[in-house]
Amino acid sequence: MHVPDGFIDAPVSLGAGVVAVAGIAVCLRGARRELDDRTAPMAGLVAAFVFAVQMLNFPVAAGTSGHLLGGALAAILVGPYTGALCVAVVLLVQGVFFADGGLTALGVNIVTMSLVSVVVGYLVFRGLVRILPHSRASIVGSAFVAAFVSVPAAALAFVGFYALGGTTDVALGTVTVAMVGVHLLIGLGEAAITGLTVGSIIAVRPDLVYGARGIAPAVELRPAAVAG
Amino acid sequence: MSRRTRGVVLVGLLITLLLAGFGSYYASSSPDGLARVAIDKGMDKGMDKGAQIHAFGDSPLAGYSVREVGSQRLSGGLAGVAGVGLTFLLVGAITVGVRGRGAGSEPGGRRAGQTTGGGGARL
Repeated sequence: MHVPDGFIDAPVSLGAGVVAVAGIAVCLRGARRELDDRTAPMAGLVAAFVFAVQMLNFPVAAGTSGHLLGGALAAILVGPYTGALCVAVVLLVQGVFFADGGLTALGVNIVTMSLVSVVVGYLVFRGLVRILPHSRASIVGSAFVAAFVSVPAAALAFVGFYALGGTTDVALGTVTVAMVGVHLLIGLGEAAITGLTVGSIIAVRPDLVYGARGIAPAVELRPAAVAG
Repeated sequence: MSRRTRGVVLVGLLITLLLAGFGSYYASSSPDGLARVAIDKGMDKGMDKGAQIHAFGDSPLAGYSVREVGSQRLSGGLAGVAGVGLTFLLVGAITVGVRGRGAGSEPGGRRAGQTTGGGGARL
């Protein structure tokens, strides 16, 4: 979903850049509370993993592919603030070194794929974890659903930028339907990769999954003593 | 970092390098969702001709391939490995920087299951 230069006009791109910088500043503050002896070593790995898996485009329909965004995954593994930083760095590296995603569109890309996908993904994840029984299966299931929802959410954020500063006169309804439609399919891939990854880590080291803290250092089920 | 955590990170990095270095060759090269919508609906029509070309389009790693390396498999794999390394180092440096600033409230001794400050880790 990397927006190239020229899709969104200069004022809106600039505005998105300001929002992105502000968001990153908030994340740098928030990450201080998240980064401890378990999340800190994981953060670099999570970012590198998101970069690698973003290269692995999977086919979703005839002549169309999708790839992981990674916002929900990163937020669940290392916390939302740190997770958003991880994805933002991936987008920066892609834009600057790999010519993937426009430089003037970097703000748009960070807002949609880092900030929006992390916020939506993590809120859905927390909401589900709260209402589901406390178990590893609930964590993995919640991660799956959160990742799925985060992709069309990011697509809608792009549509928002397009509505504000799109450089073509393609009807907004057309763009919305097309973007959300294809990204619902891509969301299934996002969900599968996120569920598989969170499930693998939680199987060996549940304490390394930030979103599973309080659930299960070693046991499958735990009395609801930590609820709330 | 505990020895066990280091083990997990090393195994994770190995898997990540394999995905970027070897797996990426087998990725679909079709346009992604946004690119497909842009092509189908003509969203790229309003762009300046020059804007379509990335400002760093001729950088050594542009397009996930290393310039001057002929083999597509090798070129893409090396680019993937370089990207993984760059990303890992950048986020590692940010992590060290952020933790350094917050050294006053160093949460080093936290145990599994304990809630963290305001980070939203409560269940």
